[in-house]
Amino acid sequence: MNLFIVLIVVAVIAVFVGLAYNGLVRRRNDVDNSWSQIDVQLKRRLDLIPNLVETVKGYAAHERTALEAVVVARNSAMAAPATPAAQASADNALTGALRQLFALSEAYPDLKANQGFVSLQDELANTESRIAYARQFYGDSVATFNTAIQKFPTVFVAKMFSFTEREFFEAEDAARNAPQVKF
Amino acid sequence: MNDLISSNKRRTVFLMLGFVIIVVLVGASVGSLIGNSTTGTILAVVLSGVFAFVSYWKSDAVALRVSRAVPADPNEYKRLHNLVEGLCIASGLPKPRVFVIHDDAPNAFATGRNPQHAAIAVTTGLLEKMNRVELEGVLAHELSHIRNYDILVSTLAVTLVGSIALITDITIRTMWWNGGRVSRGNDRQNGVNPLALIGFAMLILAPILAKLMQAAISRKRETLADVSACQITRYPPGLIAALEKLQADTTTTHSASMATAHMWIEQPLSGVKDSGRLGSLHKLFNTHPPLAERIALLREV
Repeated sequence: MNLFIVLIVVAVIAVFVGLAYNGLVRRRNDVDNSWSQIDVQLKRRLDLIPNLVETVKGYAAHERTALEAVVVARNSAMAAPATPAAQASADNALTGALRQLFALSEAYPDLKANQGFVSLQDELANTESRIAYARQFYGDSVATFNTAIQKFPTVFVAKMFSFTEREFFEAEDAARNAPQVKF
Repeated sequence: MNDLISSNKRRTVFLMLGFVIIVVLVGASVGSLIGNSTTGTILAVVLSGVFAFVSYWKSDAVALRVSRAVPADPNEYKRLHNLVEGLCIASGLPKPRVFVIHDDAPNAFATGRNPQHAAIAVTTGLLEKMNRVELEGVLAHELSHIRNYDILVSTLAVTLVGSIALITDITIRTMWWNGGRVSRGNDRQNGVNPLALIGFAMLILAPILAKLMQAAISRKRETLADVSACQITRYPPGLIAALEKLQADTTTTHSASMATAHMWIEQPLSGVKDSGRLGSLHKLFNTHPPLAERIALLREV
């Protein structure tokens, strides 16, 4: 009789562990999948930049610093480790450099009239909004995953199979160095 | 969220069962009116079974065809495609097929049987009248219908409710057209067949029942989709502005029919006589909650 009760308890625990484990695996795959969505868009953006730099060079070759800043930012983004935080800060730097370049290009009517430049600008804007959408989805799935592995009693299963929390797609520097305002 | 999806799948099963039962009852009553109830019933069972099965696989095509939707050209409607793709990334859905309907009234609907086989259709009027954030709100509303499996229920309702209306219509018309011949069986017996009377009542009641079913399915879903649309866009004012524009616009969506009424984001056929003496009765048959109510609810989000 006692053995029977023990068996039932063991079976219930086994079923619970199995279900919890499967749920965690599903959520972890969701996180990976949403991360790859961001990754695809980031890569796409990096691929667009050499063309952009070439086009701008043709019209505004002496805007050296701005062009170089974009190239440098792109190279460091290519070299950045594949962690969300590193990718996010590389992405921020690139966004800043690009903004600078586009602001300068306002002064060159010929460049702005160039069909290739306009479509590149469109593509970039599109990719940027897609990165924003993908970030949102990634943030949602990370939040769900992190909550799931912290919750009682799933937390034991998560510990047992060493599921660890995932990072959000946020730049380290930007979060730590709050902008300083001086009067 | 998952509760919502499984509840929608349950509803689908109920809808199909309800449909089969109603059709069988109608078939039996038609049969008893003609004087051969067994044949009528068997025919109805077979017909409704086949119909329900075909509906599951093909009703999205029917809904699109009925609304005269054409596939949206990726170059001509680039903005639309871009928005849909972006929102799909944000909500983790596969990209649905995108259709446009040449109609000046701003409106939109989603259809399909699951997120992998889904389609979104918008009118050209919507594309003209809405700005980016508003259009985004509307598309997110439709995508939430897809994610919640509302599309499965509502699209099935199109063909199922439509076919009930069709069957009863045909029978009633045939009876008029055939004159006395239909009730010859009763004449011989020299009395009123009570079954035939019930049958006749059924014929009249069936389309009303079907309409009620249609209304019950969709009203709550609309508000839910509004709320989850804001979860996708993170910007409730967009959808609020869009709904306000829809409210201000009085054009009737010509591409909508009675059968597809419940699928659109805004009730396409203007709700006549919503106020007044029979107002509450009419509201029972409305497929959508009033836009003012939906806007008020979104303001609280």
